[in-house]
Amino acid sequence: MSARLLQMQGIEKRFGGVSALNSVDFEIKAGEVVALAGENGAGKSTLMNILGGILQPDAGEIRIDGESVIIRAVNDATSHGISFIHQELNVLDNLDVAANVFLGREPRRSGLRWLIDSKQMHEQASVYLKRLGLDIPTDTPLSRLSIAQQQMVEIAKALSLNAGILIMDEPTSSLTLTETERLLEVVRDLKTQDVAIIYISHRLGEIEVIADRVVVLRDGSNAGVLSREEITHDRIVKLMVGRDLEKFYQKPQTKAVPGYFEIERLRTTRYPNREVSFDVGRGEIVGLAGLVGAGRTEVGQAIFGIEGAAEAIVRLDNQVLRIRSPQDAIRHGIYLIPEDRRLAGLITDIPIRENVTLPSLERYAQVGLIAVDRERTAATSVCQRLNVKMPSVEERVINLSGGNQQKVVLAKWLALEPKLLIFDEPTRGVDVGAKADIYALMRQLAESGVAILMISSDMEEVLHISDRVIVMHEGAANGILERSECTEENIMRLAVGKRAA
Amino acid sequence: MKKELGTFLLLVVLCAVVAILNPRFLAPANLQNMARLIGAYGIFSIGLGIVIITGGIDLSVGSVFALLGVLLSLMLTSWHWPTALAVLSIVVIAMSLGALHGLLITKLGLQPFIVTLCGLLFYRGLARFIANDETKGFGSAAGFEWLRNFVTGNLLGVPTPFVMLVVISVVMWVVLHRSVYGRYLFAVGRNETAARFSGINSSRIIASAYIILGLLAAISAIIFAFYTNSVSPSSHGNFFELYGIAAAVLGGCSLRGGEGSIIGILIGAALLQVLQNLVNLLGIPSSLNFAVMGAVILTGVIADQILQRRTRRA
Repeated sequence: MSARLLQMQGIEKRFGGVSALNSVDFEIKAGEVVALAGENGAGKSTLMNILGGILQPDAGEIRIDGESVIIRAVNDATSHGISFIHQELNVLDNLDVAANVFLGREPRRSGLRWLIDSKQMHEQASVYLKRLGLDIPTDTPLSRLSIAQQQMVEIAKALSLNAGILIMDEPTSSLTLTETERLLEVVRDLKTQDVAIIYISHRLGEIEVIADRVVVLRDGSNAGVLSREEITHDRIVKLMVGRDLEKFYQKPQTKAVPGYFEIERLRTTRYPNREVSFDVGRGEIVGLAGLVGAGRTEVGQAIFGIEGAAEAIVRLDNQVLRIRSPQDAIRHGIYLIPEDRRLAGLITDIPIRENVTLPSLERYAQVGLIAVDRERTAATSVCQRLNVKMPSVEERVINLSGGNQQKVVLAKWLALEPKLLIFDEPTRGVDVGAKADIYALMRQLAESGVAILMISSDMEEVLHISDRVIVMHEGAANGILERSECTEENIMRLAVGKRAA
Repeated sequence: MKKELGTFLLLVVLCAVVAILNPRFLAPANLQNMARLIGAYGIFSIGLGIVIITGGIDLSVGSVFALLGVLLSLMLTSWHWPTALAVLSIVVIAMSLGALHGLLITKLGLQPFIVTLCGLLFYRGLARFIANDETKGFGSAAGFEWLRNFVTGNLLGVPTPFVMLVVISVVMWVVLHRSVYGRYLFAVGRNETAARFSGINSSRIIASAYIILGLLAAISAIIFAFYTNSVSPSSHGNFFELYGIAAAVLGGCSLRGGEGSIIGILIGAALLQVLQNLVNLLGIPSSLNFAVMGAVILTGVIADQILQRRTRRA
């Protein structure tokens, strides 16, 4: 029997001397979707990790249907019908769908208990997939599924565990717009099946659409609750940051000079039969929109020399460039802020200083030897300019929040006078405060004459930050929208391969 | 420095224990011989450490010693090459093999373990074939006495290999811990993708580490060849790569890459030789040699792990 009511009361948690949660209350009923909002570090993850049995609270009570429960481990949470779907999916991509759904609980053959009853496992798995409206064979290896489909497999797993309470942490951060729509539908479906869903997201648009209630945390305390009719973008932000975020989006002051950076006939390895051509003006922010898998990241990486773009013609400031490696791109002032900062943007377990100076190290060296003092001064000054919140530049990057980590990636290139900056998902996993900083910086760079190409799956970001939007579909530019033509509908139509309205 | 402290204390304690149990440990002759071996093993261990810092490994070093030893003997005693030319050729061959390993690993994307495992087999076989499976020596070293006297001799009472190790350590310490190149080595070892996205030519950095190992292995190979004075192609240098790897790991290099220091590797290399010496001096059956070494290394690694877990929690 699944829970009808979950209550968390007076939850406290300290890490060392720092208070992460300060008498936090939280409540959810069966069939309710509650969005949990707050900046990074507000305590959302800590609270949910306590509910999921990953952390133990220092004080407070958790009650299910009025009865006090103690959740010591993930297994306890599972037995109370609580399932946690993490942002980083916990799937094994070498196994198939059914094996993932039943991992650790495989149905056994009746005679030979040590053998898996494959037939039964696949039959049962397909039942859960159907409940989610997912039409894929249960013997498909996970490696062949998209992120969105893998996520559905995790949800199927949660359902198979009789989850009455589903925690979804940033479920749409790597999904395309259509996939996001699909996920929101599934959430609505589950709601009618009386599942309680705790929905954590930085995308306030989604929260507006899906949530019955929004619980906002700020600095480890309850900042407020909004009921269905009170939920608006502005009210959530106000509760999150405790003030109005004025000028979240800034309009350009000067007119861009067109044709500063041009690329013609770019074929990426993903779509070798398609070509992309476009330009970015000096002082212009051009958004590169499209579905995930449309080839946007590949375009960015090809310009930066990560993957081959042999036949493309690249011009920057009327000069034809040959870019075969990142070293070539960097020499010409073309830099990339990659999509996955932990994988490609940063070396997370070394100090901020060493990350910041990595591409420009030779500037702080004489006869190959590093002058650490000069290096530290330079790193400190650029980090301060970017408002990185840190004890010092000797702090390891892993200890920074997502927003501050992203600023460190930016800091790497700012010392090197950029001409073209390519941002790939600049604010993914970045909290609202840091987001505003990053947008302001992008605009400021553009005003100073940098050309900016911004790859983004965040519709609000594409609509509000870009001066012009290129929409890609299957490896080609399906349309280019001027500021005045930029609407959500136009972008979506072009992204799925239709013409703009 | 904190990381090396544990191994350093272990080294000091071991030395003290052996010295108390058998005062001959401190006899000048014993210390000299130990210093000689620490020099010979330490030099190539530094090379292996650098390769390990890039996230790689080299299993072929011992076989390379056999191959180079056989070739050196042939060059000097059979083909009567000028000594300097022979030494130069040995160095060039070793660095070329390193470059080959580096290219196979970076350009073809093969795993270092596999590339150098094949090297281990191939070079051993080649050495035996070239030598006709006969032991090669240097006889009376007629015509190249100076080389033998140099590498087996002393400088101001200190064995030459140890002096060379000190010089090489100082140079490599600066390279690894103070230079741009050294920073790149660590960066590539920690996160090659991020290094590449920062404009570092990671293939070149990785390949260069194997070439440096080649150079240092060549120096060790010449020392070992004259130290044993006879090169038996089937056994010369057997397991030496494991001594080097053990020294690096004891000294704090992580096999995952991106971690390690010259001082640590030196302490590790010294520790292994003290252990060898301990087995001899304390009358432990020499058949137990490897068992003692394995047990002590495992103890050291476990202690390190526990210490690290504790500091992480604190």
